[in-house]
Amino acid sequence: MLDVLKIMLTPEFGFTVIRVVVPILFAALAAYIANSAGIANIAIEGMMLMAAFVGTVTSAFTQNAWIGLIAACLAGMLMAAILSYFTLILKTNNILGGIALNLFSSSFTVFLLFIITGSKGTSATLSARSLPKIVIPILKDIPILGRIFSGHNVLAYIMFAAVILVYLMMYQTPLGLRIKAVGKDPHAAESVGVDVIRIKTIALLLSGLLAALGGAYMSMGYLSFFTQNMTAGRGFIGLAAEAMGMGNVWLVTLTAFLFGMFDALSNALQLFALPSEIIQTIPYVAVFVGIVAYSIYEYRRMKIKGD
Amino acid sequence: MSEIILDLKDITKIYSNGVVANRNVSVDFRKGEIHSIVGENGAGKSTLMKIIFGIEHASSGTITYRGKPTQFHNSMEAILNGIGMVHQHFMLIDDFSVAENIVLGMEPKQKRFFLNKKEAVNVTKNLAKKYNFDMDVTQRVSRLTVSAKQKVEILKTLYRDAEVIILDEPTAVLTPQETQALFENLKHFKNMGHTILFISHKLNEVKAISDRITIMQNGESRGTFNNEDITIEQMTELIVGRKVSLSYDDFKFESDRDGVAFKVEGLHLMKKGVPILKDINFAIREGEILGVAGVQGNGQSELVQGLVGLAGINGGKWFINDQDITSLSVDQKRIHGLAYIPEDRMKEGIAQGATVAENLISSYYRRKEINGPIFMNDKAIGKVATQLIKMFSVRTKNYKSKIESLSGGNIQKVVVARETNTDPKVMIAEQPTRGIDIGSAEFIHKQLIDMRNRNVAILLVSADLNEVMEVSDRLIVMYEGEIVAHFDRTKDVGEMELGLYMLGVKRQDEESLKRASLC
Repeated sequence: MLDVLKIMLTPEFGFTVIRVVVPILFAALAAYIANSAGIANIAIEGMMLMAAFVGTVTSAFTQNAWIGLIAACLAGMLMAAILSYFTLILKTNNILGGIALNLFSSSFTVFLLFIITGSKGTSATLSARSLPKIVIPILKDIPILGRIFSGHNVLAYIMFAAVILVYLMMYQTPLGLRIKAVGKDPHAAESVGVDVIRIKTIALLLSGLLAALGGAYMSMGYLSFFTQNMTAGRGFIGLAAEAMGMGNVWLVTLTAFLFGMFDALSNALQLFALPSEIIQTIPYVAVFVGIVAYSIYEYRRMKIKGD
Repeated sequence: MSEIILDLKDITKIYSNGVVANRNVSVDFRKGEIHSIVGENGAGKSTLMKIIFGIEHASSGTITYRGKPTQFHNSMEAILNGIGMVHQHFMLIDDFSVAENIVLGMEPKQKRFFLNKKEAVNVTKNLAKKYNFDMDVTQRVSRLTVSAKQKVEILKTLYRDAEVIILDEPTAVLTPQETQALFENLKHFKNMGHTILFISHKLNEVKAISDRITIMQNGESRGTFNNEDITIEQMTELIVGRKVSLSYDDFKFESDRDGVAFKVEGLHLMKKGVPILKDINFAIREGEILGVAGVQGNGQSELVQGLVGLAGINGGKWFINDQDITSLSVDQKRIHGLAYIPEDRMKEGIAQGATVAENLISSYYRRKEINGPIFMNDKAIGKVATQLIKMFSVRTKNYKSKIESLSGGNIQKVVVARETNTDPKVMIAEQPTRGIDIGSAEFIHKQLIDMRNRNVAILLVSADLNEVMEVSDRLIVMYEGEIVAHFDRTKDVGEMELGLYMLGVKRQDEESLKRASLC
């Protein structure tokens, strides 16, 4: 136990937390925006997966990681556009639409992977480009902090910026006010001339963009190639983090980091002589426990409120 | 005579299902007048307003607004052209502040992209001041009273420079005092040049406020009158097409039983540390209707939900014929003789998607007469349902029709039929006639009185003062979760006096309140 604590107190552990939190936090932000607009976007997982695939393959063909990133973003937003067409125009249940997109992504990516590489498992044979790592000049020389915060993939820094941008958008702009209005009471928003479908579509597209950034990170940062179902539930972990953040962007971020910490822990524990099957379940168990704790808390709160 | 701002000519509206909502309606509205549109529910008032506001489109006819032929495609166009509407159900976002609600959709900006929150507060504050509304615009809407919420709705239209303001049944939710205050505001608007379209079915209010009155019946206009040229009696006849009895006294038999059928002792409830119900005590005799008056949101719905067993209560006991039913399940409570007509008929009153017959039997599906050894007996169900449909004159094709194909009044009749048919000892009726046509309302009131004559004890909760005053024998008033007044004879109370109790201005002493428990 003490050994575990020792590991957790090293700068390397902090570095790993940030490394693993990137896709989770992007997913959580994606869920946050969609949820604020009143849409439970469970297709985030599928959006990430699609973006991960499109990103790395495009970068392999163009030999340019940035073009790959842009392609990944477009793929995520295309998925979001499809979802909004289903749910906002055709009025499908958004959970069903989400399930359809998730199933579609997980099989369609494998299908394309097989056509392009002849393998159903990974795209490692393609010589894809990854996004650059960034060493921050002054920060890198500060003891401890430098080793935690410097040298990450560029998307990790975009993630920190995204948290702040999402906050500014939701709390300081007319668009944010309208997104919240549409999520809380679409009829009321409509009565003052807010175009509900347009605002929800914008929110979903932004959600798709953020999910795509998380997905692109998986195949162009965390790893440098695509593997079958490589997001491994991170989109759903993001959804869980969002739910526990109770509509507050800082709490959402904090919860995402908490889950990221357990993810990092499971990486670190692989040094110990424990069965790896158990260790790999740690992040998921953490989410489960977290959601149970949150549900109990919510239930008690509701009971006091009497709703 | 001042100029005509809005002129409707031969407006006809036929919905795609063939229902004619408006037929050849012609009416003009003048600048700076208060013009009332009166008529029953379903007379076509709301449709006409929706056509003006761009939510619905006329099938034929012309609209001339500010001298130009117009047809707004959506409400946004109407808003941009200076027409505002205050809906009957508030269109407010509870978690937003007053200022945020008002500016939503037309937010003041700074540095191009950002919301100017300070400016939003200033603009709305000045607006409120200009129109004599006294309110804190930084407050959350969820903390406001009903009448304050209505003011926010009105301010929303004024913020959008509304010249014509449509108010859909604005006084339905207000106390007499609040109504008077609203009327003062409306007169002020009128003097500032606004045109007010006032939709209502309360004729004495219409008489008190209007310059001109248009009467609608069955989708058609029965004429526009100057206020001084028409009496309330004449209006009533035009609206209904016949004379209505406004008093139910003739239907009430003197009740000779005086046993207490329903008794509530020391009920209380806290939510988030705020007391919602404080020591509620009352009793109802057999064959008696106890009315509960009060502004909505003063604990009435929590009281009813608690008594029926749909929501928790922190303490207290309640009895049917001295039998403690406090901790019984909803089902057990019903078996002991409780029946319930819920406020929200679509959500709690009926099962949407089910048929009329299924809804009619849902409270006594266990009865032998409609059950076979394994399966239910369709024929018997049909027989029971057909009988009830006939008894309660529910207008439906047959008992197999989907319940939602019925009108509001007929759906409510189904609920009442079902609840009466279990032979209850105690009936809790919560807003039993809200939003239904006068004919159905009258029918339901007579049913309640009929039950009373059969010695059922009835608790009638309603925000409609007329309803509680006309139907109930005794009356209690709730304010902030407490019973603040009790009247032995409803007949002896005036509307204005009730208003004072409903607003918490007056409160009876403990001795008088104790009499609510009949001891």
